[in-house]
Amino acid sequence: MPGDVLYEGRIRTGDNTYRAQGKVCATRIGLVEYGRGMGSVIALEASYNPLVGDLVIGKIVNIDLGQWMVDIDASSSAILSVPDVIDAPFNPDIVMPDILDVGDTIVAKIVDLDRRRTPILSTLGRGLGKVEEGFIIRITPSKIPRLIGKKGSMVNMILKETGCRIVIGQNGQILIHGRTRDQEEIVVDVIDKINKEAHTTGLTSRVQEYIKSLKEGQD
Amino acid sequence: MSKKKKSKRKKKWERIDGREANELRPIKIESGVLPNADGSAYIEMGRNKIIVGVFGPGEMHPKHLAKPHKAVLRCRYHMAPFSVDPRRSPAPSRRDTEIGMVMRYSLEPAIFLERYPRSCIEVYAEVLQADGGTRCASINAATVALVDAGIPMRDLVVSCAAGKYNGRVILDLGDYEDKEGEADVPVAYMPKLGEVTLLQMDGILSAEELEKCINLSIEGCNQIYEMQREALKKKYGIEKEEN
Repeated sequence: MPGDVLYEGRIRTGDNTYRAQGKVCATRIGLVEYGRGMGSVIALEASYNPLVGDLVIGKIVNIDLGQWMVDIDASSSAILSVPDVIDAPFNPDIVMPDILDVGDTIVAKIVDLDRRRTPILSTLGRGLGKVEEGFIIRITPSKIPRLIGKKGSMVNMILKETGCRIVIGQNGQILIHGRTRDQEEIVVDVIDKINKEAHTTGLTSRVQEYIKSLKEGQD
Repeated sequence: MSKKKKSKRKKKWERIDGREANELRPIKIESGVLPNADGSAYIEMGRNKIIVGVFGPGEMHPKHLAKPHKAVLRCRYHMAPFSVDPRRSPAPSRRDTEIGMVMRYSLEPAIFLERYPRSCIEVYAEVLQADGGTRCASINAATVALVDAGIPMRDLVVSCAAGKYNGRVILDLGDYEDKEGEADVPVAYMPKLGEVTLLQMDGILSAEELEKCINLSIEGCNQIYEMQREALKKKYGIEKEEN
């Protein structure tokens, strides 16, 4: 909990901590972890902090000259410029709303943070670009690592069990597209369960059983 | 007038609602009550009922008000028309603006605003029912809502008032004691850091009485702090029991 003293003395400050009067204290509500000379807190609730290399799902909110502004649920909106979408330099003949219009949802990668820490996006690459089908649900960004699991174990298991296409944005947005409505409903239920129980152990196997029970319920 | 009444009364001194001088009103706090807000909290402090929603950190609008080196904290305090008798105009009053500012000043030192430059954190406090000490209750709920929203904080901010009524220093004044009493001293306090972030005084007190009031308020704050922690733990504790 914020303000709680984790350690007094020489230790490095990890995630979600700060040092005051020689003590290391928490800044967010979460679970404490010690290791490698570092004290850190695994947050239960956190807003999204953009990092280079993150895959995010966002919505176009504005069109400027040569760039789109994208809302990615961070403290500032991200910039997506024309060369990062069509792999060609910007020229005034391009009609930008024909490529991406306000309200479109995109899957993009953060390629850089500029000097004001504004994220720069790119949609060049496999699996990136405008979203044509499926729907989006949202969970707390701090729980995304749990949803992916160790080396993707959790998300791969869900993919295998349900047969849905799932794209997980590091900003907490999840794009789901399945062949049938029933499959999609299972995924939503499962993600809701993971969101609620992210701080417990043995989650992957428990979720696997949960999916099976849901499937039986539908048959 | 009030002194005359007091002398006629029986010897044992009692507060209007039968509390001890250093006793708080019953408090109930809940966190995460609004699914549409990033963070939220609901508090009942005596007959006060307040709901708080937090958004952010997000883009600042209008943009020219954004600070280049830190986030802007915006607090809106609003009393519902049905929160008091007689009905109150729903338009924001001078008092609403002032209490919004008071909340901002008391919460700002606890938040790492410098981690989110050019952005904005918004706190909306809605008073559903008022019974004296709403600013303190709003601050208590706002802190819980901020933690629920995952905003990095140095410490929780706890707030509680003390005051003087019928010549006695008492804790957590109710509506009647607030209006009829001699003085009211709301204090906001960060218990782990031991820092006072808000100190107001309305009325006339001697220097010793003021000191007494502050110490009493801090005592009350420490009690409320435990309840805030319980409220935050409860959101996750219940989920643990389900497994």
